[in-house]
Amino acid sequence: MISEPFAVGDSLLHRTDPAAKIISAMALALSIATTSSFQVAGAGLLVAACCCLMAGLPVRPLARRLAAVNIFTLLLWVTLPLTGGGEQVVRLGSLQLSGKGIVLAGLITLKANAVYLLLTGLLATSSIAAIGHALKRLRLPDKLTILLLTTYRYLGRIELEYKRLRRAAVLRCFHGTTNLHSYRTYGYLIGMTLIRSYERSRRIHQAMIMRGFKGTFPLLIRQRTGPGDIFFLALCVCISLLFSFLTIR
Amino acid sequence: MHISEGILSLPILAAGGTLAIIGTAIGLKHIDTDHIIETSLLSSAFFVASLAHIPVGPGSVHLVLNGLVGIILGWASVPAIAIALFLQALLFGFGGLTVLGVNTVIMAGPAVAVYYLFGPMIRKGGRSRALGAFCAGMVAILLSTCLLALVLVGTDRSFLATARLLLAAQVPLMLLEGVITMFVVSFLARVQPELLNFADRVHP
Repeated sequence: MISEPFAVGDSLLHRTDPAAKIISAMALALSIATTSSFQVAGAGLLVAACCCLMAGLPVRPLARRLAAVNIFTLLLWVTLPLTGGGEQVVRLGSLQLSGKGIVLAGLITLKANAVYLLLTGLLATSSIAAIGHALKRLRLPDKLTILLLTTYRYLGRIELEYKRLRRAAVLRCFHGTTNLHSYRTYGYLIGMTLIRSYERSRRIHQAMIMRGFKGTFPLLIRQRTGPGDIFFLALCVCISLLFSFLTIR
Repeated sequence: MHISEGILSLPILAAGGTLAIIGTAIGLKHIDTDHIIETSLLSSAFFVASLAHIPVGPGSVHLVLNGLVGIILGWASVPAIAIALFLQALLFGFGGLTVLGVNTVIMAGPAVAVYYLFGPMIRKGGRSRALGAFCAGMVAILLSTCLLALVLVGTDRSFLATARLLLAAQVPLMLLEGVITMFVVSFLARVQPELLNFADRVHP
């Protein structure tokens, strides 16, 4: 359930310094997400698609996630054209569709897909561990990066714990339906998962204290910002500035 | 309950980001080095629990659990939720980077609110604990949905109908979250009551 299918690879984007990628992704995503022009949103989608092509991402998982992104935009396509107001332009039988609503839904769909592809191409091409390291190099508070790295580190473990508890319930003929008994069982499953993870955390903490933990993680992954990374960052920031300029104009 | 990228206007994104940074800073102040690993593992447990599908009628929903997070973690739930949202954006593509601040405010604001509103009731024990836990689970979703509707309508008036639809659609989830939170809290109270006082022990 929890995996990073895009993080493995040897493309240019996989090799770029994650710190440079984080800043680039933030700048580009902001300039695309806040634009109100179709041209900029379209150009953003093009840039984002180029990033994904460059990274050579596997198509299947990417398509599945894009579908998930578009479930929300689908909701907008259902509601906005009916209620968007403005000039009524499109008539479908007795139905009057709002032109403004259709334009808004279209623009949002473009932007949401563009930003998602961008984040996948730029950020998902690094492992979460590498991103945690990069965030620490970008001077985020120590506590926040420890929280991020430890939470992520134990996601898989605790998921296994939860699945084991669930399997034990299923072996005892538990079958979830809509009744109070099922909900009580789910509540107890969640409660037990919390207790297990709490107890595990105490043991981990003790083990860390034994090894001299004083509230910081040493950086184990060597990351360096080379001239290529600076060039990449500069290019992305220039593109995002251009997008913002076009939006304002 | 996420807002995707590309919907909200710049002022709302900026306001959400600023509030989220302030909340995260306060939350981090409330976590000391001795409890940071406990807080981390509890947040991964919440992350896992919120992925579970719970059957409701013919379909199934997944829980949000921000009420439960608030009761147990208190102010620390702000950084915990911010990190969970960041991971969800990277791992599953829910939410996103520019809306991270707004989504954090939508989910973590109510978590902190129910910690103050219903925390004392839950710690008192007896019948008021069950009632407090039910209210905490339900009110957290109610507040989150209201905040969500507010930022949508604040960006563009044409979202009014979408926001109304969202509010109506969340009513079953509110009840479900209330019931599940009640059962989790009653279980914790019997098996490991110290978890219910976790936030107070970490920052008395």
